[in-house]
Amino acid sequence: MKKSGYPESLQESLANVEKTRSERLKEAKKQKYFPKLSPDEYREVLEKYHPDYKPEERKPLQVGPNKGDMLQPELLAVLQGRPWLEPGSFEARLKSPDLSTDVLVIGGGGAGSAAALLAAENGADVLMVTKLRHGDANTVMAEGGIQAADLPYDSPYFHFLDVIGGGHFTNDKKLVRALVTDGPLVIKWLEDLGMMFDKEPDGTMKELKGGGLCRRRMHSSADMTGSEIMRVLRDEVRNREDKIRVLEFCAAIELLLDEDGAIGGAVFYNLDTEEYIVVKARAVILATGGSGRLHLHGYATTNHYGATGDGLALAYRLGVPLKNMKYAQFHPTGAVFPEQCVGMLITEKVRTLGGEPVNYHGERFCYPLEPRDVEASLFIRECLERGNGVVTPTGRVGIWLDSPMIDMLHGEGTVAKALAGKYLQFKRYGIDIAKEPMLIFPTLHYQNGGLEINEYGETKVPGLFAAGEVAGGVHGDNRLMGNSLLDTNVFGRRAGAKAAEFAKQRQEVKTLTLKHIEKYLKELEAAGIEPEIQSPVVLPDYRHQEVVEG
Amino acid sequence: MAEQEYTIGEKTIVLEGTKKIPIYIMGKRYEVLEGLTIMKALEFAGYQIKRGCGCRAGICGACATVYRLKDDYRLRFGLACQTTVEPEMYLTQIPFVPANKTTYNMDEITPDVSTIEKLYPETFRCLACNTCTKACPMEIPVMDYIQALMRGDIAKAAELSHSCIMCGMCSMRCPAEIQHFHVAMLARRLYGKYVQPKAEHLAKRVEQIKAGKFDWMLDELESLSDEELRQRYKDREWEPEPYDPAWKPQDTKYLILE
Ligand SMILES: Cc1cc2nc3c(=O)[nH]c(=O)nc-3n(C[C@H](O)[C@H](O)[C@H](O)COP(=O)(O)OP(=O)(O)OC[C@H]3O[C@@H](n4cnc5c(N)ncnc54)[C@H](O)[C@@H]3O)c2cc1C
Ligand code: FES
Repeated sequence: MKKSGYPESLQESLANVEKTRSERLKEAKKQKYFPKLSPDEYREVLEKYHPDYKPEERKPLQVGPNKGDMLQPELLAVLQGRPWLEPGSFEARLKSPDLSTDVLVIGGGGAGSAAALLAAENGADVLMVTKLRHGDANTVMAEGGIQAADLPYDSPYFHFLDVIGGGHFTNDKKLVRALVTDGPLVIKWLEDLGMMFDKEPDGTMKELKGGGLCRRRMHSSADMTGSEIMRVLRDEVRNREDKIRVLEFCAAIELLLDEDGAIGGAVFYNLDTEEYIVVKARAVILATGGSGRLHLHGYATTNHYGATGDGLALAYRLGVPLKNMKYAQFHPTGAVFPEQCVGMLITEKVRTLGGEPVNYHGERFCYPLEPRDVEASLFIRECLERGNGVVTPTGRVGIWLDSPMIDMLHGEGTVAKALAGKYLQFKRYGIDIAKEPMLIFPTLHYQNGGLEINEYGETKVPGLFAAGEVAGGVHGDNRLMGNSLLDTNVFGRRAGAKAAEFAKQRQEVKTLTLKHIEKYLKELEAAGIEPEIQSPVVLPDYRHQEVVEG
Repeated sequence: MAEQEYTIGEKTIVLEGTKKIPIYIMGKRYEVLEGLTIMKALEFAGYQIKRGCGCRAGICGACATVYRLKDDYRLRFGLACQTTVEPEMYLTQIPFVPANKTTYNMDEITPDVSTIEKLYPETFRCLACNTCTKACPMEIPVMDYIQALMRGDIAKAAELSHSCIMCGMCSMRCPAEIQHFHVAMLARRLYGKYVQPKAEHLAKRVEQIKAGKFDWMLDELESLSDEELRQRYKDREWEPEPYDPAWKPQDTKYLILE
């Protein structure tokens, strides 16, 4: 028997996949795939199978500007959580801030770094404070790529249509316009900063399509696009140490207003010394990223350790409305085997390069590149309703993603090169993904919505900006791959520039207060809510996690 | 087939009969489940990790771990989120790497050996011992890219180091005190900025956008009703997949072909 990285119990199904491969390959070469659904058919599939379309798993939000919205319980717990500080006793500390700055950037991912650079470039003194290391963020994890309409047969027009159609026409058009117009400017900025893009020998960007894209528009840097963006931005932030101070391992646990109701700064919790740090700022940019680690519906997640939705809780308490929070993005392809990798993202690029999803019998059952929510729902249907999933020894269910097709389509060595990161990761567990498929199931991936902003990243609180995954409206109810790396850069840069301007024009920051917490606590009480958890969450707790016996 | 029960969640599922094995975390003995990654074993043992955990997926470089196996004097290096525990492993995470990153203005440096000499002179102290390569959890031929840099081969250093996650283990081990991961970062930026040819189509598109040439198209889209937008979305002309260099769009109204 040939060498396999999979246990005996999966061999029968693996053999099915191999048996059908040559026939599927022939079809793929002729560009024949399982037929696409028409947009009219999306709705039904989503309503029946998408974890976030089930009304019974939701409850109404009871306080704040989005009162009445039906949200997931995990999110409600955070939005209606107990603040860290007791306003009465902490108020005195606000008189003597530990640090002050023009622009305070909260979060050291892509959006925070881009914002810091542009704020500095526009003359502001910047303090960037982040919860983990600078760069420990969802940004560093992005593999597939970043979109921008810069090829001759593409234009911002088509990019706009793809974004808004992918988002089921629920997007804020002004934000979409900003996204697609700034797209090429961002790519150029990154190129000039010295980012390594995948290029043809003459410098033409190698661009691919992706789920829901009508043109090739996806720029990449092997399968480490986010990592490369993050490395470059971080390096540049550090080059600007004259203007940008960086403080790591400090988590924002409350925002501060001044007496006039404009932003005044934030309170941080130093994870090392467990002390509070009060920062006074003329403008604040929230760039705290997403919330996968809240594990909505108990799903595994692709997100980094710090993705606990802190920014949502902080700004919501100040009265900043939320947009498009109804549906989180479940990425169709998360690993379910080996057990050590559960939830880990398998990039969409596997499918763009021709690796198809197939079921237990090795059969095709859906078009490989439907919009993500639709694709995920189709996988769930295949496993849960049709019973064509593959069950792992630990009792997880999944379908195959036939990566060996990639080398057969594009030449030997393509997988090892174009998917270098994943190739190495699976190799550590004895699986050669150039020769054997991967077992996958949807995983919680992206916070589609977030804080309401305008096209400059401004929230409704004067001087408070938000950019990146923490903000909402750009992607509507569903984001397409490659648009969030773009979003973090577009709105990070816009917010950075605008915040610098705001800080410059601002007269003074008046007396800092925590009155908004008092108000928020009263509101909770009036609604009869006993907070379940302390919020923001800051770090998930996986200690002594109860281990399910399979 | 999926007839049996199955689960979806985040929790690690362990098969019945899975053994516990002893490991030593910073010298203290704990019994943890076999098959866990070092990271999950730390949590299983009761640690809430603060430093030393980022992506949990082998790409951020936060979780570098030094360990030693039973009856072995050798120190080994790995990522806590990617390495499986072994019985009687002695381990500690590295919370911080105090390596020196120099600062520079990308517009004022050149992609050649003189830049390396000026910014990271210690690079040239390489003893060719290859300890850096052995310390790399990403299997990067670290010493080879250092040697390439000593010859001024920026392109080679950039390409060889592309999958660097900047965990810093190379520099922690180096007897010549080279800052490998920082000098490699510089090399990649020099390569991306000066050695790789620029994308001409990109520069052109930036000019078109700045000149406002797409504004009317976007104005039009913004003014459409939802219904009209939906129709436009449905009617999009679809570029074939995989890439077909011979393809030409029929509808060129919303393109700028110069
Ligand atoms: C596995 C994976 C793959 C992806 N692939 C792609 C892709 O191919 N293309 C694409 O476009 N997008 C992709 N995405 C999405 C994209 O990477 C993210 O949406 C985007 O990078 C978010 O950037 P951000 O700066 O908003 O947030 P992040 O990069 O997550 O940064 C948030 C920062 O805020 C910090 N922070 C959080 N809370 C606090 C607090 N309370 N106080 C202080 N700091 C705090 C965090 O530590 C972190 O530094 C992917 C995401 C994941 C997880
Ligand atoms: S936690 Fe990011 S590499 Fe291990």
